[in-house]
Amino acid sequence: MPEINREDVAHLARLAHIDMSTEELDRMAGELAVIVDSIKTVSEAAGDDVPATSHPIPLSNVYREDVVGETLTNEEALSGAPDNADGRFKVPAILDGE
Amino acid sequence: MAELIRLSAAVLAEKLAAGEVSAVEATQAHLDRIEEVDGAINAFLHVNTAEALLVAADVDKTRSTGDALHPLAGVPIAVKDLIVTKGQPTTAGSKILEGWHSPYDATVVSRLRAAKMPILGKTNLDEFAMGSSTEHSAYGPTRNPWDLDRVPGGSGGGSAAAVAAFEAPLALGTDTGGSIRQPGAVTGTVGVKPTYGGVSRYGAIAMASSLDQIGPVSRTVLDAALLHEIIGGHDPHDSTSLTDPVGALVEAARNGDVEGMKIGIIKELHGEGYQAGVEHRFNEALDLLRTAGAEIVEVSCPNFKYALGAYYLIMPSEASSNLAKYDGVRFGLRVVPDGAPTIERVMGATRAAGFGDEVKRRIILGTYALSAGYYDAYYGSAQKVRTLIQRDFDAAFGQADVLISPTTPTTAFKLGEKLDDPLAMYLNDVATIPANMAGIPGISIPGGLADGLPVGIQFLAPARQDARLYRAGAALESLLEGQWGGPLLAQAPEIVGVK
Amino acid sequence: MSVNTAEILSFDEAMEKYDPVLGFEVHVELNTRTKMFSSAPNAFGDTPNTNVTPVDLGLPGVLPVINRIAVESSIKIGLALGCKIAEKCYFARKNYFYPDTPKNFQTSQYEDPIAYDGSIDIELADGTVFTVEIERAHMEEDAGKLTHMGGATGRIQGAEFSLVDYNRAGVPLVEIVTKPIVGVGSRAPELAKAYVAAIREIVKNLGVSDARMERGNVRCDANVSLKPKGQEKFGTRTETKNVNSLRAVEHAVRYEIQRHAAVLDSGTAIIQETRHWHEDTRSTTSGRPKSDADDYRYFPEPDLVPVVTNEAWIEKLRSELPEPPAERRKRLQQDWGYSDAEFRDVVNAGVMTSIEDTIAAGIKPATARKWWMGEISRRAKVADVEPAELGVTPELIVELQGLIESGKINDKLSRDVLDGVLAGEGTPTEVVEKRGLAVVSDDGALLEAIDGALAAQPDVADKIRGGKVQAVGAIVGGVMKATRGQADAGRVRELILERLGVQG
Repeated sequence: MPEINREDVAHLARLAHIDMSTEELDRMAGELAVIVDSIKTVSEAAGDDVPATSHPIPLSNVYREDVVGETLTNEEALSGAPDNADGRFKVPAILDGE
Repeated sequence: MAELIRLSAAVLAEKLAAGEVSAVEATQAHLDRIEEVDGAINAFLHVNTAEALLVAADVDKTRSTGDALHPLAGVPIAVKDLIVTKGQPTTAGSKILEGWHSPYDATVVSRLRAAKMPILGKTNLDEFAMGSSTEHSAYGPTRNPWDLDRVPGGSGGGSAAAVAAFEAPLALGTDTGGSIRQPGAVTGTVGVKPTYGGVSRYGAIAMASSLDQIGPVSRTVLDAALLHEIIGGHDPHDSTSLTDPVGALVEAARNGDVEGMKIGIIKELHGEGYQAGVEHRFNEALDLLRTAGAEIVEVSCPNFKYALGAYYLIMPSEASSNLAKYDGVRFGLRVVPDGAPTIERVMGATRAAGFGDEVKRRIILGTYALSAGYYDAYYGSAQKVRTLIQRDFDAAFGQADVLISPTTPTTAFKLGEKLDDPLAMYLNDVATIPANMAGIPGISIPGGLADGLPVGIQFLAPARQDARLYRAGAALESLLEGQWGGPLLAQAPEIVGVK
Repeated sequence: MSVNTAEILSFDEAMEKYDPVLGFEVHVELNTRTKMFSSAPNAFGDTPNTNVTPVDLGLPGVLPVINRIAVESSIKIGLALGCKIAEKCYFARKNYFYPDTPKNFQTSQYEDPIAYDGSIDIELADGTVFTVEIERAHMEEDAGKLTHMGGATGRIQGAEFSLVDYNRAGVPLVEIVTKPIVGVGSRAPELAKAYVAAIREIVKNLGVSDARMERGNVRCDANVSLKPKGQEKFGTRTETKNVNSLRAVEHAVRYEIQRHAAVLDSGTAIIQETRHWHEDTRSTTSGRPKSDADDYRYFPEPDLVPVVTNEAWIEKLRSELPEPPAERRKRLQQDWGYSDAEFRDVVNAGVMTSIEDTIAAGIKPATARKWWMGEISRRAKVADVEPAELGVTPELIVELQGLIESGKINDKLSRDVLDGVLAGEGTPTEVVEKRGLAVVSDDGALLEAIDGALAAQPDVADKIRGGKVQAVGAIVGGVMKATRGQADAGRVRELILERLGVQG
């Protein structure tokens, strides 16, 4: 298992969109290293023949019929918005498109 | 009125039905108690006085006209602030949701409303249910009614403490790795984590979707069963909701009996690493069960040694994705840095200011576990461990009807004691986590005291066999209370109010 | 956003040196009543943020539930593309932050799409057929709509702020991904257009999408790379996003081929990146380079359970499929007896279905083609609409044709009648009456006009009398003029010859 350094944490923080100070990055790197070290046995626990379990209770084919239900009003939809204009959520400029 | 708050929900319901007490009286008594002691406990983040009394008055009016009412109508309840409620704030214990009001009710809340149970308010928790002490709440810690210098467990410390301090006869909790059972254990209350899918998760703010489950918090096993039957059952809004009927849980709780029952001690979940006083109470409970006719066998779950590690990969991975929506765009906190920031910078600043350290820690850990190149070693391996844990349980349930263990390795620790040691904090959940990993149900009931602090005993049952928990739990509860001469909470010290 | 034309090579020169490799990701919006994971209406053009439930806004505590019809539509698309249908497949979360994505992850499919390993034959205008291999078709959800405000262009660059409408968030999408398309050479732009047109036709024919590109029902991301002639290894590709008309697909592919060729010629490497297509300048500009931000951290969606198919379900859906467009075309051409060229013109004019309906109403295939490819297409072009959108019904053609065949009107008059009908003056019969357009069938009136015409052109009359029967046309013309076209030209000819005592 690789070490986790400050740059690794900085990269993860960018992916997770959480600003972090240098001090935070250093602290987090130390804490993560300890945690990751304690859980590394997990990768050796199961062989290739063991299937993964993503859902604890196996179900399949759970569907909704294609019938329109109740919707929020525009006012309800925007009720928690930090900022809005013209019936829509307002956000600062976006640097680049997808 | 003092005795009203000490009644179990079942007894209070009988008195309400018989007209000996009104719903308004019962609700007011609990509101008064909250007013009296919650300054010291800090179990509630929001008290819903006006609406609770309105619902209670409606129950009294309906009863006076002779119309049918649900058996628990008028019995007040507290709701963990991770569960959304229309008309009241929902914070998840986080600054990022401060002041947010949900425009919809969680399914379990709709069911409480349908049963006309007055909702007293929203209870404190570790931020986004991430913690085992309720110290990670952005709104201050909750204190353990048994010792105000100690934690009430977590993440559902608020619900457990509210019930232990007689501020509410019932509460709702959520259990991802033990957040109902562990607080139950250290506050001398009952907590149930139902089979995954047994209670709808719609409206429970997600931490780890494949592990989260809503369940009852109470002072008696019967009370938990009564509440479980209200909140349980299929919900089309939750794709993982089981279609099975809830089952005769109340009947099982009323007929507690272990005669002829095979009870398996999980070798890996006691002994080394468990506090001596906890072991002692656990062994006493086993002796009592034996004398009541249970057959105690030992089972081994060798893969449980990987459970905590696998849990600390799956839980943060799912949480890192579930918590991405808190970005300052649609609801909740928005922090705008100086200058003319882009939305990316606003998101980064909002999440930096809105989330506490433990939440950030788990988001970063989860982001790491899911990131390119590490997925197979971490998330993928952890999911395989899940399979191994399920196989261990399958084998164990081949030998026993229910399994038993101490709920937690230790009694309540002191505030601040483990706050700077995440790993030590995580170890609190070592006995509760396997059930979440496998989706099976578990209950914690009071098992007595060690050095004056409550110890919890956990039963586990196969998936969809929640009724077995109530049958075994009620039997042990009755055996223990016979020894104590009454409920364990009768031994709790008086709370010195700090208004 | 300036475009330096020096930065591109001529297409012919590019083709001399390089072989293009194409790949397409086409997103198809399904026309289900409700969204992929919520019961909010799937509708276009409503008041912003009203076709939303808590699920579509990603509010705390919400959970998704799969729309059964969306799954069935996706399976139908898979079947129509000749794909295998997965026995068991999962949804997965694609994690990235963007304000149009309410949960900051898109619920999509990753390792196991609902449909995979298919192919479709694409016919180019000259009849050449290319087989395009389909890698996968998977289910996912659409994002909300961002409007960029302030700044001069209304574009993302220079905008002061943006407004978000989540009505579109959660609309069911099927993303169809091709395998790399090689060996198409200089016909790459043409194939690109034809491929997207074929996908549009298939999903429209299936009835699973409204397939209106101008509304974004069908959206294309086009991947282009070049490799020097003779080289096996693929070059670095760029992905041009949101090319949303057939013409633009053709132009964008052509432009990227030319741009790549120029970059490669200059000895520089192509950067793997997203490109944006600009219709106004008909060029692409650099978007975002591939970076570590593209670590989407996919994992199985824990809030949804797997989709498990079985033979009976798939066969039921297969039985509901309409005839595939290519087979239908083959059948119709045979039934109607059109030549290859005639039929291709009909298809390209977009009137095949109209002709089919017209023939079904009782009109002969040749006549139906004459109407749709002639008068109707002409009027559509003037009005700048599709012929099918002009409002001409098969019943209208039947009535017009009936009037002609009964001799009430002639071909020339029928055009005026058609104009009258399209101007809303009533049925063909009513228009004939109102405009007084019926053929003059009163011989007396015609003879009067004939005498006038003969008198006006005595030299022509003499020629006819002298045996030059072909000169009769000039007199017929005079009569038609005098009757304002309302005479039956055949009858006029007979009468003239009779009058002059000449055998016809």
